[in-house]
Amino acid sequence: MTHPHKRKRRGPLAREAQIAGWLFVSPMVLGFTLLLLFPMGLALYMSLTDWPLLGDHHFVGLENYRNIMTDAMFWKVLANTVYFTVGLVPLNIVLALLLALLLSRNLRGIGIFRTAIFVPVMTSLIVWAIVWKLMYATESGLINQLLLMTGIKGPAWLYNEDLAMPAVILTSVLKNVGLNMVLFIAAIQQVPRSLYEAATLDGAGRRGTFFHVTLPMITPTVFLTVVMTVIGSLKVFGQIYVMTQGGPSNSTKVLVYYIWEKAFKLFQFGYASALAYVLFFIVLILTLLQWQLRKRWVFNEGDA
Amino acid sequence: MKAMPNSSGRKIGSTLGTYLLLTLISLIMIVPFIWMISTSFKEPQNIFTYPPQWIPESFRFQNYIDVFQLIPFHRFYWNSIYISALVVLGTVFFASLAGYAFAKIPFKGRNVVFLILLSAMMIPHEVTAIPMFLFMRQLGWIDTHLPLILLPIFGAGGVFGIFVMRQFFITVPTELEEAAMIDGCNRFRIYARIMLPIAKPGMATLTIFTFVTIWNEFFDPLIFINSRDLMTLPLGLSLFTDEVGTAWQYLMSATVMATLPLLIVFFLAQRRFIEGVAMTGLKE
Repeated sequence: MTHPHKRKRRGPLAREAQIAGWLFVSPMVLGFTLLLLFPMGLALYMSLTDWPLLGDHHFVGLENYRNIMTDAMFWKVLANTVYFTVGLVPLNIVLALLLALLLSRNLRGIGIFRTAIFVPVMTSLIVWAIVWKLMYATESGLINQLLLMTGIKGPAWLYNEDLAMPAVILTSVLKNVGLNMVLFIAAIQQVPRSLYEAATLDGAGRRGTFFHVTLPMITPTVFLTVVMTVIGSLKVFGQIYVMTQGGPSNSTKVLVYYIWEKAFKLFQFGYASALAYVLFFIVLILTLLQWQLRKRWVFNEGDA
Repeated sequence: MKAMPNSSGRKIGSTLGTYLLLTLISLIMIVPFIWMISTSFKEPQNIFTYPPQWIPESFRFQNYIDVFQLIPFHRFYWNSIYISALVVLGTVFFASLAGYAFAKIPFKGRNVVFLILLSAMMIPHEVTAIPMFLFMRQLGWIDTHLPLILLPIFGAGGVFGIFVMRQFFITVPTELEEAAMIDGCNRFRIYARIMLPIAKPGMATLTIFTFVTIWNEFFDPLIFINSRDLMTLPLGLSLFTDEVGTAWQYLMSATVMATLPLLIVFFLAQRRFIEGVAMTGLKE
């Protein structure tokens, strides 16, 4: 991304560039400093205090972090968050990849399917979650009614400790699988035709072509998508808020829900900030890991 | 080497399988919308009948009118529209201005500042939300729309916008600017007269992305807004879900009204939407 500027560094033009450059970026830099950098620093400080809603705060050192380590609820919500992520990501990626492969075939009317699968992406997560809550209703929700028509008595999806999380995961996968699908379609379309022609000449079947041509070529996109989907899953909140409120008996209470509860229901700002920083560190580690791995094994570094 | 008839028969079979699979998955995606629309027209006693009524026995259009009496739905609507519009305008303007400078103006510290901005994109929103709440309380901006408008423009959304616009401006040849500069144009004129018209596709992408994000934003309104009249659609609807409990016909007519405009725009400009998301969708 370096492009040489042959213009001289001195002279009125260069000075003009200094002024204009800084002038143009100053609103964003100022806003960014005030609304991102400063709060980021303040949150770190707050995580080291017992900051209440009203009144004075006291510096407590690492006490909040120590308390987190022995907070049974923290480990519970962390486990739930990992459960959600591990449940969602493989399902989402495999389904998105499968759909992308099917939809990048040149078949008649294929656009309709692409649209249908993409529509939930355009829909508000809150609306999507509300409708699914209606469909999951125990006595007479659509899903249980359809099950009843085949003779199965459906369970209380959102009121059952073992089923609430899978139900939320399914809802979330269907909401966003279209997004990853579109990203994969875009990547598949970038693969040079000549590679497929060569594979055909070599007598490779459809499966062989996928594993030896398509998949290696789209690995950078797949990898980036996996990381972004994981990070997104770690921050799941809206659908939990609407569908289960973290219940039943905390079986769907995830990390961000817990942070929100601590901060904005119980007003324990210090503890909530420490929890938020734990989330930040997890995201940070994943991001750094992504950079490292990308350098090492990703097939080509063309896009993204 | 397989005999021709066999292989073409297999091809037809696999095509049929593809269509079947795609139809099934598409149906699963569409059923929630059909159910939403269907329920929105139902009489209360027809919502939970067995077997399920895909087409209501009798249509009750009154649901769409009654819902306005139950909640200030028109307020939610207006709030969502004008907040989204302002955020889009602000983001596109400030992000394109900064994006142009980062791409084309060689000023000192440019790369360092850009790197700092980029690295901020991985800050989880949940971390800054807590200090922001205190900050806004200090300013007396809780329960106003100011945080909902300013935070996305200058926060992570804006930074992302800079990134998108910079990538776009980098592809514009430098000769164009140099010619204009020799003609005596100043930077702002170059930006406004030459760069912005060229950047229309990039701006369209950013507009779509920002609009969809803000229209559907839930966390910020939940934190900053308390009064009903100031709520946006997602927040208002989630509150309504708790309040009306089983009055699903009203809730569904509200969700239909909240969803349809965006879907109509989507169907009209589908290609641009999907391409835009493919270009930028890696963010979330």
